[in-house]
Amino acid sequence: MANVLVFAETRGGDVRKVALEAVTAARALADATGGGEVHAILAGPAGVASRAQQLGQYGADLVLVAESPALAQFARESLAATVADRTKAGAYRAVVLGFSAQGRDLGPRVAARLDAPIASDVTEISAAGDRMTVKHPGYANKVMLTLSITGSPVVLSVRPSAFTAKESPRNARVETLQLSPAGGATVTVTQVVEGAKGRPDLGEASIIVSGGRGLKAAENFKLIEDLADAFGNAAVGATRAVTDDGWRPHSDQIGQTGRQVSPQLYVAVGISGAIQHLAGMRTSKTIVAINKDKEAPIFKVADYGIVGDVLEVVPALTAAVKDARKGH
Amino acid sequence: MNFHVGAPAVKIAVCIKRTPDSESRFRIAASGAAIDEAGLKFDMDDFAGYAVEAALQLNEKAGGGETVVYALGPDSVQESLRKAMSMGADRAVQLKTDTVPADGIAVAKALAAELKSGGFDLILFGKHAFDSSAGVVGTAVAELLGLPGVTAASQLSVAGGKGAARRELEGAAELVEFPLPAIVTIDEGVARPRYPSLKGIMAAKKKPLESKPAQLGPVRVTVQRAELPPERPAGRILGEGAAAVPELVRLLQTEAKVL
Ligand SMILES: Cc1cc2nc3c(=O)[nH]c(=O)nc-3n(C[C@H](O)[C@H](O)[C@H](O)COP(=O)(O)OP(=O)(O)OC[C@H]3O[C@@H](n4cnc5c(N)ncnc54)[C@H](O)[C@@H]3O)c2cc1C
Ligand SMILES: Nc1ncnc2c1ncn2[C@@H]1O[C@H](COP(=O)(O)O)[C@@H](O)[C@H]1O
Repeated sequence: MANVLVFAETRGGDVRKVALEAVTAARALADATGGGEVHAILAGPAGVASRAQQLGQYGADLVLVAESPALAQFARESLAATVADRTKAGAYRAVVLGFSAQGRDLGPRVAARLDAPIASDVTEISAAGDRMTVKHPGYANKVMLTLSITGSPVVLSVRPSAFTAKESPRNARVETLQLSPAGGATVTVTQVVEGAKGRPDLGEASIIVSGGRGLKAAENFKLIEDLADAFGNAAVGATRAVTDDGWRPHSDQIGQTGRQVSPQLYVAVGISGAIQHLAGMRTSKTIVAINKDKEAPIFKVADYGIVGDVLEVVPALTAAVKDARKGH
Repeated sequence: MNFHVGAPAVKIAVCIKRTPDSESRFRIAASGAAIDEAGLKFDMDDFAGYAVEAALQLNEKAGGGETVVYALGPDSVQESLRKAMSMGADRAVQLKTDTVPADGIAVAKALAAELKSGGFDLILFGKHAFDSSAGVVGTAVAELLGLPGVTAASQLSVAGGKGAARRELEGAAELVEFPLPAIVTIDEGVARPRYPSLKGIMAAKKKPLESKPAQLGPVRVTVQRAELPPERPAGRILGEGAAAVPELVRLLQTEAKVL
């Protein structure tokens, strides 16, 4: 029997989707290793404690709440120390985080502090005895690696959307957790530049509409925005050609050197389907491509393709999607 | 990268990994636990390339300083170190091992042990290496050396003993400041790595490349199996122009069930 610790990340005082997925992954690991407990660290500014039972809903037995004004910003060093100190105190088998911006920063820090092995961006987890086995897409999603990890604890960051958050309700105990000091020189956040409001993050969206150079001009991204709006809660992505030209911010870039996404639906508009772009979206459940060149490589991975001009097809699709959703 | 003009001279280390070219078609080796390296082209990992470029630009803007490149691995990594020197790095250090372990913390510890006494103002890494796609080593070294660490910077500048960087987050960006010495892992930014000039390639042949054994501790993460992901089933082209839209919407409703 082994307990598992989760860092349940928050943003703007809310628990993020990837945090619930991390709790789900931890629950499954604890259950598979003899029914240990899942403990979740919930850290944020005052008021975040009110989210504790949400973690209980997804399988946390104990929620460790750290509230501090210092956590209005992402206090990376202090959070890393806090997670590492708790891990030592609780003798956990594993520490689970999301492979998100926060988790990418915290995971290696926690592992280094604990001198623990770490596996990033994992999509499956299993444990037998003192060996943990995980799957991790390497080589920019081109080779699936099965990693064997010895030692305990192990730090694992889970790929967003790879584990579907599943309810496993229990009445979680709640305890207060003291933040550990950073100890040493730190990085100070001087400004947060918010991106487009009202859209889900690319990593969390179930539908992504993405545009490429085939849109011809920055203004035409309005067509992409309109289609995303027609779908409801869709995110907007872009190719490197587009972010290089400054039509969209770099944070919208999907691909090998941008974000890696796997939504339920990925709509590629005016995108050729270069191998580096495919590296970021080929694991999407359903792919739609709209391109005027029927030989474009994107059609090789697209479930459904339409050969045509974006200026004609996209407005027609937007209208049809709106109609279809009204019919519900 | 954006840099302040007239910045002070800084001493910079850049850690680079040798990885296969990301455009390669991969096959699995007979062992079933690695890729088949036969016929593949290798180069320094993409993000480390950006990091080398960032270091060189910082030195150039300051009109001084030094860039030292490090790689842990077998003798084949010397090729990547030479390439970095042909781009303009001043010298190179190989931390020699038989193979490069899949254990990011083990690699980080070996690099940290070497970098600790180097007297660097900045130590740069790639955001993640193409092959491991892990993003562990740089940020782990920051923690091991107790230095401020910035993960995934898309802009970097140095002025008055302090650094400043921009990080792209999920749907937002963060501007950060930090005292030097510090560790920064480099995301794709404004500058692309330069191509080595012929003069650079000639000069690199004479630049110092030191090789010494790595202090590699226990390795706890190993690749047990490598597999090619299933190919996506061939898609279908539904038709041309707006006339194909109704069929697409129908399939999104009935087959893909996303509408
Ligand atoms: C190391 C490295 C890393 C990279 N990382 C990334 C990455 O992370 N993400 C990424 O996206 N790219 C990346 N790239 C770049 C990648 O190789 C491609 O250059 C890029 O993806 C192309 O973007 P695009 O499809 O928008 O443009 P293009 O390749 O120019 O394609 C435009 C497409 O639009 C179509 N089109 C034109 N006009 C119309 C019209 N009126 N109607 C309909 N269709 C039209 C064309 O037929 C064409 O297929 C990387 C490259 C390298 C070398
Ligand atoms: N064997 C190595 N030698 C030198 N630098 C490395 C090595 N492995 C990783 N790195 C550095 O660490 C970064 C992140 O690697 P990873 O944690 O494996 O994704 C790379 O971009 C390199 O800058």
